[in-house]
Amino acid sequence: MKNAPKTKMMDMTCVVCPIGCHLKVTVDENGNFLSVTGNRCPRGEAYAKEEITDPKRVLPTSVKVIGGELPLTSVRTEKAIPKRLIFSAMKVIKSIQVNAPVKRGQIILENILDTGVNVIATRTVKKQNGK
Amino acid sequence: MKKLKYDVVVLGGGAAGMGAINGALSQNVSVLLIEREASTGGVLNQCIHNGFGVHVFKQELSGPEYHEMYMEKLSRFDAMYETTVLNVDVKSNTLNTISISGVYEIKYGSLVLATGARERPFEALRIPGYRPAGVFTAGLAQHFVNLENRLPGHKAVIVGSGDIGLIMARRLTLEGVEVEGVYEIMPYQGGLTRNIVQCLDDFNIPLHLSTSIVEVHGKDRLEGVTVAKFENGHPVRKTERFVKCDTLVASVGLIPENDLVNETIELSDGSGANVDDLMRTNIYNVFAAGNNVCIHDLVDFAAVEGEIAGKNAAHVAKGKELPERMGILKKGEGVGLLSTKYTIAAEPFKLFVRVKKPMGTTILRLNDQKIKTVLAAKPSEMIEVKMDPSRYNMKGNLILSAMEVDKI
Ligand SMILES: Cc1cc2nc3c(=O)[nH]c(=O)nc-3n(C[C@H](O)[C@H](O)[C@H](O)COP(=O)(O)OP(=O)(O)OC[C@H]3O[C@@H](n4cnc5c(N)ncnc54)[C@H](O)[C@@H]3O)c2cc1C
Ligand code: SF4
Repeated sequence: MKNAPKTKMMDMTCVVCPIGCHLKVTVDENGNFLSVTGNRCPRGEAYAKEEITDPKRVLPTSVKVIGGELPLTSVRTEKAIPKRLIFSAMKVIKSIQVNAPVKRGQIILENILDTGVNVIATRTVKKQNGK
Repeated sequence: MKKLKYDVVVLGGGAAGMGAINGALSQNVSVLLIEREASTGGVLNQCIHNGFGVHVFKQELSGPEYHEMYMEKLSRFDAMYETTVLNVDVKSNTLNTISISGVYEIKYGSLVLATGARERPFEALRIPGYRPAGVFTAGLAQHFVNLENRLPGHKAVIVGSGDIGLIMARRLTLEGVEVEGVYEIMPYQGGLTRNIVQCLDDFNIPLHLSTSIVEVHGKDRLEGVTVAKFENGHPVRKTERFVKCDTLVASVGLIPENDLVNETIELSDGSGANVDDLMRTNIYNVFAAGNNVCIHDLVDFAAVEGEIAGKNAAHVAKGKELPERMGILKKGEGVGLLSTKYTIAAEPFKLFVRVKKPMGTTILRLNDQKIKTVLAAKPSEMIEVKMDPSRYNMKGNLILSAMEVDKI
């Protein structure tokens, strides 16, 4: 058929609840959400839509600490950032260091890759030998 | 030898131990924590990923945040860090410790065991070949990467699809290590679906089910592994494949840590401490909570168990007599693990159940009483059951079974 729309099927597992339904998602040629099957409840459809349009993840990693009791502080993005930016974000985060002391919740990097999301420390690291 | 005396002594300062301190302090008793490491937190310290505290703090925190936020809830307590317990004598209610500051004999009113779990080593799999450098348990690899700023290697294979292995697959990938794949001998995953999706699928890391390692190559440093398909626990001939790698990460299970008390405390077949709904062991003033009772998916449950244990330990230390056990819980058909083995059958409590194999719609029964229906049951996801003596008969022998009534 000449004018048949070019749709694409994608497999996906819903992680909203422990059932983990296997979803088959249909998208159009531009990757826009068309329909989903396999979900046992409406939450599965909402999940599939978000995963198709702009999947987001919280990125947890660590940052080197200078002069601290520990060599690293753990960090994470305060909110989820687009999944496609994860590796670029890792590159940026790897290039930075912080000086001890580090306080939990302290902003390590503001507005990473213009996402509007800050990277915060998730571990307190005191200065070596004392406060 | 120096002597000390406390109402409640807590052994191990992970999530369950912190919970126990919290529970005991709420009853105004003296509390001593004894911890092998230099600080509290246990495995939380190295679990920098998010997903902790969904119940207690109503947020998805990282492990270190959960640890620090929980510690901030606690008032003052005494603690001995970097201290090893040499032995526990439940007859004289004493234990002996050794540390840099010397040898102590500590007398307790009650004791809370919160020693967590240790990893099953790769050696336990009995795979032929040398044991060259480059073979790690997942937790050890996690310790290296997240606490010591070291990478285990450049190209990794992960054996076992438990949560720590899945989390490490993502962590290593983010740090630039190539993760070739995850190999799982069972026909189903070991870890949570959420971790399969966010740690493997997100990074296109393949999960090979019914597949495992049959040989390790390399003498000084790991050079590769041979993997093969498995059927009914045996490798299938002619399915072998060589995979080049310099790092092998084993995530093949956790074992409840009860070595100090395995001659005095009644343990289950999975080596967890057998407790009742008051978190009391077979000894009236010894309580247990956390991964040394049963391996928990969620930190909140370990902490809550600790709180119950600590509170009851404090009651006993103050001379209160706790109610007797009235019911004995036993695993029935389809059930692989029960968190609680006895009940006083007086108050509602939460029982955690693991099924033996993945099932569709499943009905849980207590003897012939229907107590819960779930749409899907998986060994990797604990099922929480509210046990309520005002609704069910909870006295005598109680067999808990799980029966599939409909496929997924
Ligand atoms: C890799 C991994 C990922 C996880 N991910 C999540 C998640 O995303 N969300 C979530 O909610 N939960 C998660 N969990 C589960 C949760 O973190 C654990 O179940 C919980 O933290 C266990 O606490 P615990 O106190 O029982 O044990 P532990 O944290 O192991 O604490 C035991 C403590 O006892 C000490 N100890 C042991 N033996 C002795 C001794 N003889 N003398 C003195 N001290 C001793 C140890 O040093 C340690 O500090 C995860 C667990 C792991 C391992
Ligand atoms: S679709 Fe609904 S039932 Fe299925 S996994 Fe998602 S939330 Fe659970």
